[in-house]
Amino acid sequence: MSQSATAEHVPTAAREQMKIPGLGPWAWARSNLFGNWWSTAITLALGYLILRAVFGLVEWGLFNAIWSVPYSATGVPDTGVCQEAKGIGACWAVIADKYRLILFGRYPYDEQWRPAIVVLLFIGLYAVSAMRRFWRKDLILIWIGVLTVIGVLMYGGVFGLPLVTEDFWGGLPLTLILATFGLAFAFPLAVLVALGRRSTGLPAVKMLCVLYVELIRGVPLIAFLFMASVMFPLFMPEGVNVNKLLRAQIAFILFSAAYLAEVVRGGLQSLPKGQGEAADALGLNYWQKTGFIILPQALRLVIPPLVNTFIGSFKDTSLVLIIGLFDLLTMGKVALSDPPWQSFSTEVYIFLALIYIAFCFAMSKYSRSLERDLNRSRLR
Amino acid sequence: MSQATADPRMVRARAAPKRRMRVSWSDPVFRSIVWQVVIVGLVAAIVWYLVGNTNANLAARHIATGFGFLDRVAGIPIGESLIPYDPSVNTYGRALLIGVLNTLQVAVIGIILATILGTLIGIGRLSKNWLLSKLTAFYVETLRDLPVLLQLFFWYTLLQGLPGPKQALHVGSVAFLSNRGLKLPLLEWQAAHTAAVLAFIVGIIGTVLWNRRARRQQEATGIRPRVWPVALALLIGLPVVVWALLGAPFHVELPALRGFNIQGGLTLSPEYFALLLGLVTYTASYIAEIVRSGIQAIPQGQWEAAGALGLSNGLALRQIILPQALRVIVPPMTSQYLNLTKNSSLAVAIGFQDIVSIANTTLNQTGQAIEGIAVIMAVYLTISLSISLFMNWYNARIALVER
Repeated sequence: MSQSATAEHVPTAAREQMKIPGLGPWAWARSNLFGNWWSTAITLALGYLILRAVFGLVEWGLFNAIWSVPYSATGVPDTGVCQEAKGIGACWAVIADKYRLILFGRYPYDEQWRPAIVVLLFIGLYAVSAMRRFWRKDLILIWIGVLTVIGVLMYGGVFGLPLVTEDFWGGLPLTLILATFGLAFAFPLAVLVALGRRSTGLPAVKMLCVLYVELIRGVPLIAFLFMASVMFPLFMPEGVNVNKLLRAQIAFILFSAAYLAEVVRGGLQSLPKGQGEAADALGLNYWQKTGFIILPQALRLVIPPLVNTFIGSFKDTSLVLIIGLFDLLTMGKVALSDPPWQSFSTEVYIFLALIYIAFCFAMSKYSRSLERDLNRSRLR
Repeated sequence: MSQATADPRMVRARAAPKRRMRVSWSDPVFRSIVWQVVIVGLVAAIVWYLVGNTNANLAARHIATGFGFLDRVAGIPIGESLIPYDPSVNTYGRALLIGVLNTLQVAVIGIILATILGTLIGIGRLSKNWLLSKLTAFYVETLRDLPVLLQLFFWYTLLQGLPGPKQALHVGSVAFLSNRGLKLPLLEWQAAHTAAVLAFIVGIIGTVLWNRRARRQQEATGIRPRVWPVALALLIGLPVVVWALLGAPFHVELPALRGFNIQGGLTLSPEYFALLLGLVTYTASYIAEIVRSGIQAIPQGQWEAAGALGLSNGLALRQIILPQALRVIVPPMTSQYLNLTKNSSLAVAIGFQDIVSIANTTLNQTGQAIEGIAVIMAVYLTISLSISLFMNWYNARIALVER
């Protein structure tokens, strides 16, 4: 373009003949699918496999699927149709029959509108927290408020709501409670531990924090859940009984806090030293410096890895199955233990997978868009 | 709540001339000591309280503490074991040892397979082929968004849903896949094979030495002697010659259908196979992302600079790109290896007897809850620490030497 700066410039012949790579679908396919013989071979092989898989899935999951089965007079489902279709078509009737059990566990049937509202409240809470407009101090109040409402709704006993003890909680609300309450309590603890680990004036506190983080990160979550279920009762004075959900929740909080602390520490480390020094020069004391200068910047830096840790914690709640709490995954297993439906585990697992994917995918998608957003100022 | 000045340099600068600590809240050293005493004292008090409760509870329930139970006969049936075991004779100690070996076996094989699969998928995501990169991206997204426990259940039911031994899926008469697990041919191990393995190790050492010699010669003369023919001779030739000299014994035990089951050969039980499959596919999705971002972290200019120096593509990848990419890849890879090892504890959910499963049975049978959990923690801490140490050593070896 700038070649025309000289008046006598004559474009050379070669340049005129140069083929400009075209646009449009065909040119795109040529460069992205059939670039060379190797790429072509991959495209053809993968294309064949993908088409076969997709057609197979659609046929199995939609066209040949069984959506409902007849029930006997006593309410026992007759799964004969499904048994015949096994391997050819999916039996979604199992979901139709069991979805309330899977989603809400053994919560009293007539009261299940309460866990349903709780799930919606949780989703609303996540959505509000995700909006940068609400990233203010009030967000903490919103969290405290919503979590209290959730507690009241689940437990009942006031405002004319019948009492439902934790033994009857289950399904999706339980998974969300474990994950959300876990993070709400683990996060402040994690910030304290990370600050302790970074502190230079308090060697004994630093050692305690290092010990805590490394000890927990070296051992699988199951070990802590076992600890919560068999060792915790020994820790308590005689006569004090803490229910299983609370014990698992405490183990979960202590466990996630160690992982979150490492993420927060990463943020503290990546903040330039000058920030702390400037705060000192202004005469701020430690807590003013930390609260107003260091943490707001350091936490902002680590939001994407924090969200990834949240996703990990959300998935890890499924491990409470091993100590016999009725979370979403456990309820899937319980639904499958019903004799007529025993052999339709694939359908139930797919249903569970879709729920987990919906939550995790939303979070990871959000984390990535946030990363792009927050880095925009640095890209320029 | 004012806190000790966090910046130690200021404290030190002020304390540089010999000065006695004042017993006053305005003295930072005094403050820091008070804070530490308070916090450590608090933690110690909590621990003291818990230990006191525990002792009282144990006394009330007449449970004797200690590891004496390790010498008692276990009576736990164990399906898969690398060492001989008889539940009516062997002790809890040996049962737990088997658990440790099973965990290690899953972890080591899982780490190797996950690294290979993850690297392939990670490179696939960077492919210029749109279909391949989208498909691998789909793989990564889906598997990372599902709890690994759900994936293990899925694989396990899938394997249990396979036809029985009589209708097993098979590749010729070599490999059989049925609801009893995967059957593979097993080489009858003889002394000659051990010798060949030793010869292979000698070959590795020889190759490393030859490689060093080649580098010295290159630095001295500028001409690099060929390495690959020597490496080939040492790594493949030497073991083959040793094996042939010892009579070239080669007898493979093929699995075959006898009666109601497939007998002979190497067996991977459905539990083990499902665990391995689940852990490998799950961890590979994380490793793929690490490999991808590691390769992408290297600026394009490095390729171009290598090209300008006249290096071929392969040489540029080996000598310029990979050494730099590894620095980005190794630290997160370490935590994935640790995760795989820790996730192997989920074996307890599908009935593979790893250390958690056996320790859990032990503590249920003996009532020794504290000891059982202590064993689990000790085993995992040891494994985690070993992996961390090894990877830190490797990381330090490949790290950029800075001024």
